[in-house]
Amino acid sequence: MPWVVMAVALPFAGMLLALPLGRHAHRLAWAVLPSGLAVSVLLVVQVWRGGETVAYAIGGFAPPLGIALRADGLSALLVLTTALVVCATGLFALAEFRPPSAEREARASVLFWPLLFALWGALNAAFLGGDLFNLYVALELLTLAAVPLVSLEGKPETFAAALRYLLFALLGSVLYLVGVALLYGAYGTLDIALLAGAARSEPAAWAAGALMTAGLLAKTALFPLHLWLPPAHAGAPAAASAVLSGLVVKASFYLLVRLWFDALPAVAHPEAATLLAALGTAAILFGSVLALRQERLKLAVAYSTMAQLGYLFLMFPLTGGPTEAQPWSAGAWNGGILHAISHAFAKSAMFLAAGLILEAVGHDRIAGLGGIGRALPMTVFAFGLAGLSLMGLPPSGGFIAKWLLVTTALASGQWWWAVPMLAGGLLAAGYVFRVLNPALAGADEPVALRRPVPRRRQAIPLVLALLSVLLGLLPLGPYRLLWVGRPTAAEEGLG
Amino acid sequence: MTALLPLLILLTSLVPAVVIFFLPERAWRMRSAINLAGAGAKLGLVMYMLDRVAAGALYEFGFPLVAGLDLLLRVDALALLFVTLSAFLWLLTTIFAIAYLGHGPNQSRFFGFFSLCVFATTGIALSGSLITFFVFYELLTLSTWPLVVHRGDAPSLAAGRLYLAYTLGGSAALLLGILWLEGLVGPIEFTVHGSLAGVDPGTLRVCFLLLVGGLGVKAALVPLHAWLPTAMVAPAPVSALLHAVAVVKAGAFGILRVVFDVYGIGLVQGLGLGLPLAVAASATILYGSLRALAQSDIKRRLAFSTVSQVSYIALGAALAGPAAVVGGLVHLVHQGLMKITLFFCAGALAETLHIHRVEELDGAGRRMPLTMLAFSVAALGMIGVPPVAGFISKWYLGTGALQAGQVWVIFVLAGSSLLNAAYFLPLLYRAWFLPAAGGAAGPDRAAAPLGEEAEWGLVLPPLVTAAAALGAGLFAAVAFSPLGWARLIVARDYGLW
Amino acid sequence: MTDAATLYGLCGAALVGIGLYGLIVQAPLLRKILAFNLIGSGVFLLLGAIAERAAPGRGDPVPHALIITGIVVALSATALAVALLLRLAGATGRSTLSPEPPPPAPGERNGG
Repeated sequence: MPWVVMAVALPFAGMLLALPLGRHAHRLAWAVLPSGLAVSVLLVVQVWRGGETVAYAIGGFAPPLGIALRADGLSALLVLTTALVVCATGLFALAEFRPPSAEREARASVLFWPLLFALWGALNAAFLGGDLFNLYVALELLTLAAVPLVSLEGKPETFAAALRYLLFALLGSVLYLVGVALLYGAYGTLDIALLAGAARSEPAAWAAGALMTAGLLAKTALFPLHLWLPPAHAGAPAAASAVLSGLVVKASFYLLVRLWFDALPAVAHPEAATLLAALGTAAILFGSVLALRQERLKLAVAYSTMAQLGYLFLMFPLTGGPTEAQPWSAGAWNGGILHAISHAFAKSAMFLAAGLILEAVGHDRIAGLGGIGRALPMTVFAFGLAGLSLMGLPPSGGFIAKWLLVTTALASGQWWWAVPMLAGGLLAAGYVFRVLNPALAGADEPVALRRPVPRRRQAIPLVLALLSVLLGLLPLGPYRLLWVGRPTAAEEGLG
Repeated sequence: MTALLPLLILLTSLVPAVVIFFLPERAWRMRSAINLAGAGAKLGLVMYMLDRVAAGALYEFGFPLVAGLDLLLRVDALALLFVTLSAFLWLLTTIFAIAYLGHGPNQSRFFGFFSLCVFATTGIALSGSLITFFVFYELLTLSTWPLVVHRGDAPSLAAGRLYLAYTLGGSAALLLGILWLEGLVGPIEFTVHGSLAGVDPGTLRVCFLLLVGGLGVKAALVPLHAWLPTAMVAPAPVSALLHAVAVVKAGAFGILRVVFDVYGIGLVQGLGLGLPLAVAASATILYGSLRALAQSDIKRRLAFSTVSQVSYIALGAALAGPAAVVGGLVHLVHQGLMKITLFFCAGALAETLHIHRVEELDGAGRRMPLTMLAFSVAALGMIGVPPVAGFISKWYLGTGALQAGQVWVIFVLAGSSLLNAAYFLPLLYRAWFLPAAGGAAGPDRAAAPLGEEAEWGLVLPPLVTAAAALGAGLFAAVAFSPLGWARLIVARDYGLW
Repeated sequence: MTDAATLYGLCGAALVGIGLYGLIVQAPLLRKILAFNLIGSGVFLLLGAIAERAAPGRGDPVPHALIITGIVVALSATALAVALLLRLAGATGRSTLSPEPPPPAPGERNGG
């Protein structure tokens, strides 16, 4: 079976079915979520077993004429991560977006499901797309599905947040599109594999690379293009925030990785990589400090996303450039991707936990959360576990990722990148414990729960948080998977 | 099967931790049973391994995570020294904690993290490589924090914040040091003579500073000690665990590992790092004692005493002579036995008679004779009165200092002993020789033979540990005494004796 | 001599430039949305020019396909943006992103 195609087609089919179903759309989740997860697992198994990139030319037309879907180890892992996070979020949302509900707009319940499925399909399309224009379409679909999620609940301030998000995203995609046009004009193809062979280091490719990178940075909310992210991610309903913060921003980062390492390896200059990492460093520091200063829980979590995204960009100089295989580049590559994945789990867990707290208490002012640990122990525990990964403390995926990145930084003589990583960990500890500290406070002024939260729902963020922790205890397996379809020369550094 | 023993011994604490987290609050019996069963099983395993390792066995268990990051558990003699201490004291602390907390709130959380804390300590003891050590060391930081803030009042939360600020800062330095060294020589396992040959001395010195500085936070080396006295707001069993087994000891044990098994004693001396470490430790010893003298809160006085006493361990490692090393190693155990006794007693006093301050101790000896008996034994041991265990430590440290030609250390030890006497003896005097204030317990009320003694769960543990401290001193010549074991380590593993 | 393709390309570039300027400088949201459409049109012209350069006289079909897809995407994005703008104006009476120019972001204090 072409699981590659199924992974993209199934969620979109779900979206199309969900639209006419209207207020019964949530029932569809019971079918789409498990089957989508199954397809993703099968895709991973297929890539793992085959040990090479799985490619599928739609309609039998090979590139450059047709459109190819490709799944190498990296895509497969991200597809699986997406499936896990989306399924958990979907289960979580079943209680939230299920009509009839007296408090929420009925529209929210009807719209959430098609949007979630569309988002899933678009994410998979972005991870599996084999040519730059397909990826553009996937990115746009992603934006069109993500933006309405922000303002799903119809609160006035979320409209402004959604609009700001949309404008940044549109600016990003249009810059990306100009780059695509330039590349096609110069090389006559948009297929990533074919471009890699054709592209040379020349002005047209530089301009295209710079425009596309700038566009993708706007979508990834790298400092200083982060202004849209905190209000949008904090204003959205919890289930939406979880996918937005955990997954959607990763898609544009993934495209950036593909662009730099796979499509235009000859164009990526060390200076440009250094610039990206410098912006990443600024993001880590500014984001963490801003997160520390927030009064509201969801905003603090959103600013933490901005900070955590910064780590990803340190990967670019640490791999030592895409063309030459350095002995240490494998470490940086593994570390960067592992960070993206463990952050996806940890951050979605955190947003879901924050959502539960908001729902139970009726507000999310950090100062007013004293003693919440007694009222919602599992939720607070999940928040703490997720925080473990963000702080980069063992045992967690975040720790292994940071360990790999810092080791690489020291081994390659670029020790200065290690400093923001360690400092970022300490700052993260600051904003995580700022929440946990009052949460464990005594019963002087216990928070009153507006309504009880069933254990079932509390378990979902806990499971996601546990996943982010368990990532740190997995033996070598996933790293082998990650290297399926990568140039073997770079794999030498694994030793 | 035997290869899995190190893992098994970790599981005896991890499994109870996980199970207890999910127990409902009211399942008091179940929780206590699981706790005690775990602690008992662990003690049994440790006993078995003690025997095997003495016969020359070495248990190893490896678990690869990423390229260059293997979790490695290894049971060597030094590891067993620490594991035995923690297993023994965990059992007693569990009994004490069950009695102390009674039916208070948040017990599942407390005992879950309590077991997790012991899990981490065991992991630290069994770590066979620097990175494994770091993993468990961090786990310890995080699992102790909920215990420190357990009461949830403002002072606890403030103490928790301070604790995290210090320890996480220390961890960052430690991690940087580890990664720096590993960047130069690859993964570092603990081996007897270190594995750092051929590295530039300047780099080695900086890394040593980072490592020992990072570990020194938990070991409460001055000036990195401020968190420890503040953290005594935690419940008594936690303080006991913190000061005697888990956190402070983890730092000291880490320093031992770095000096002995990462750098190697020879290299540390060769780089000229021994003397600065000895000076830092001595300064801490004197400073801690001086500060303890000025405290009127009993637990705070004990906390500053810990600051002082734990540095004997680092001092022994820094002096490097065989006797000094034995003294440092054996003090790891002796200090644990004595200090846990003192904290148990302080907890029992606070819980039963609401005695928190030194002045309130008047007449406590008559009111709680057993508790105060244990307290006195431990306090005398701390001062270094023979035949209690503390004397052995100081004797070996002094001998070692002479062997190493560092005569000034003798004066440090003597001064410290004087100070110890100065801050412990008044407590004993008040308890035994002064009448109780306010007639709360006049002679006529002491009709019952045990006065107002606490319940047995609070009395038995300090009595046992006090007896152990006494026994460790009296029977020091036996092969399986702490001293015997320390001499075995030094003679067999380090070839110094 | 300038052929048609170059002229189209230059026009496209100019439109992109004007649009970018508008998107960044103009405060009213409707103008920002229009500016985005202007950039889009510029890119489509550019693509048209590329199609002509690749196969003079006939036009390369691939850029044409890209243009059509791009127009559809731009249309949906514009529709979404206008819908959001209408809701925003209906709920708050504003037609700009924030009373004061950003940053700081407006949702920070009053969100719930």
